[in-house]
Amino acid sequence: MSAERPVRAPGRWAVLAALAVLAVVMSSPFLIVTLNAFKSPAEYSSGGPLSLPKGLYLDGIIDFWNRVDFGEKLWNSLLISGAVAIGAVVLSVLNAYALGIGRVRGRLWILVLFLVANTLPQESLVYPLYYLSKEVGLYDSKLAVILIFTVIQAAFGTYLLSSVLGQFPREILEAASIDGAGKWRALSRIVVPISRPTLSVLLIFFFIWTWNEFFLPLIFLISNDNQTVPVALGVLQGEKMMDATMSSASALLGIVPAVAFFLIFQRTLTRGVTVGAIK
Amino acid sequence: MAPSPVRPRGRGGYWLFLIPGFVLFTVVIVVPFVMNVATSFTRWSGVGTPTWIGFGNYTKLFEDERFWTSFEHNAALIVAMAVVPTVIGLVLSAALFDYIGKKFGPRTASALRAAYYLPQVLPVAVAGVVWNWMLHPSYGAVNAIFGTKVNWLGDPGLALATVMAIMVWFQLGYPVVIFMAGLQRADPALHEAAEIDGASWWRRFWHITIPQIRPEIFVVLLTCTIAALKVFGPIFVLTRGGPGNATMVPSYFSYLNFFEKANVGYGSAIATVLALIIVVVTFLFLRVQERDS
Repeated sequence: MSAERPVRAPGRWAVLAALAVLAVVMSSPFLIVTLNAFKSPAEYSSGGPLSLPKGLYLDGIIDFWNRVDFGEKLWNSLLISGAVAIGAVVLSVLNAYALGIGRVRGRLWILVLFLVANTLPQESLVYPLYYLSKEVGLYDSKLAVILIFTVIQAAFGTYLLSSVLGQFPREILEAASIDGAGKWRALSRIVVPISRPTLSVLLIFFFIWTWNEFFLPLIFLISNDNQTVPVALGVLQGEKMMDATMSSASALLGIVPAVAFFLIFQRTLTRGVTVGAIK
Repeated sequence: MAPSPVRPRGRGGYWLFLIPGFVLFTVVIVVPFVMNVATSFTRWSGVGTPTWIGFGNYTKLFEDERFWTSFEHNAALIVAMAVVPTVIGLVLSAALFDYIGKKFGPRTASALRAAYYLPQVLPVAVAGVVWNWMLHPSYGAVNAIFGTKVNWLGDPGLALATVMAIMVWFQLGYPVVIFMAGLQRADPALHEAAEIDGASWWRRFWHITIPQIRPEIFVVLLTCTIAALKVFGPIFVLTRGGPGNATMVPSYFSYLNFFEKANVGYGSAIATVLALIIVVVTFLFLRVQERDS
């Protein structure tokens, strides 16, 4: 390593200070929301948004939780995102097996089709989907949202996984084929176990992306007991009954699961964030 | 090793694995997309039979001031969601990577990076909920902190600028993380050589750092531009396109026509134009990137 050049000390501290101030600005909404979610309305009006809470006032959070039945919203989000993540990974694996390993004819065009589908705005699909789902009696059901997002996420997954499986070591498959393994066996016993790291990254991404979705769930999940967390919070905006501290409690309830997922999946996410960049 | 002709029982059978994907893809994407394009040539309220009116919706669209305004706002959001975060993200990631990382250690750099990335973990609708509360005209924290009485989202002259600022806050962490990952791939020897030759930090940033992470810059600009063209959640939660049309965007404009005004044909035309623009933008980006490498 080269020797450190002498640096003017004040300069480097100034750079650090500037970057630290920016970090505080970026995270201040999180801090302020958390601070005020634990205050009583009276405390808020006397002390303002920056005073520290005198104790842990939980009524705002509890009231909001009960009023919107937040546990149910969490469960809906969990169920939809989990089902989509699993379904989309399965569908991506099947497609990518045929395209990346099977190299079926016309695969380039099929991949372009998936790529285009992935960039299409949901606005250009929403009304027919809404109409068709009403026709078949799936409107306002979690199943409709699960089906739609399984396909949307799998369009991306197919695109990504096909190029990964295109690099799959041929010798292993040939050895398996000589041993008499059919295509299903080769897929389930060899391709899937070996690609497990990539599949788990995809699984987590699909889960979080689906959790974060707003537009289609807003349209398809109109009844209260089907709503997801972002939809319930987004729709409740501007309700007259919400006071300052309850609003901040509602924001906190939206933040907590998102930050929790980030912390749980942090290592996979930072490894795969460049993967997600293609989306 | 000679290429072996042996494959798991021939080639043709792989088609079978595409069947579930093909069926679902057709039902969920191809058919609805074609239906949407077809509907854009009709007048339809959502019930009854659509009336064929040819290009009627499109000619109306090009004369509709709201439509053009909504695209101007889209351009503003591309600045806020793609251009500004990319520029600031470049400076921040370079500063974190080869200044803070070297002089204060990688732990300090990654702690700062985490703070910048934090808004990105939120669902964009929840980010809107947070800022709605922060900017509330009567009890919001921002007015209380600065002692102002500004109606950030309700003032037609301010609303778009406020939404833009929120989107910069939301997007910034993404380029920082992507660019820092790109810098790790870059060759440090170039930097050290330039440093020995006495090149200033800014010169090294401009002539070495930026060329090295060109692919990452392309990806960030493309994905953020598409995200800006599609933006719906923050507009729905923060302003509903208002006040007046001050923050109207095409996606929200089509939503209004679909679900509130029952102008399904017109909404479909807006959505079709939006889809076309996004596909063309994607194609152009990929072309430029291909020529570049």
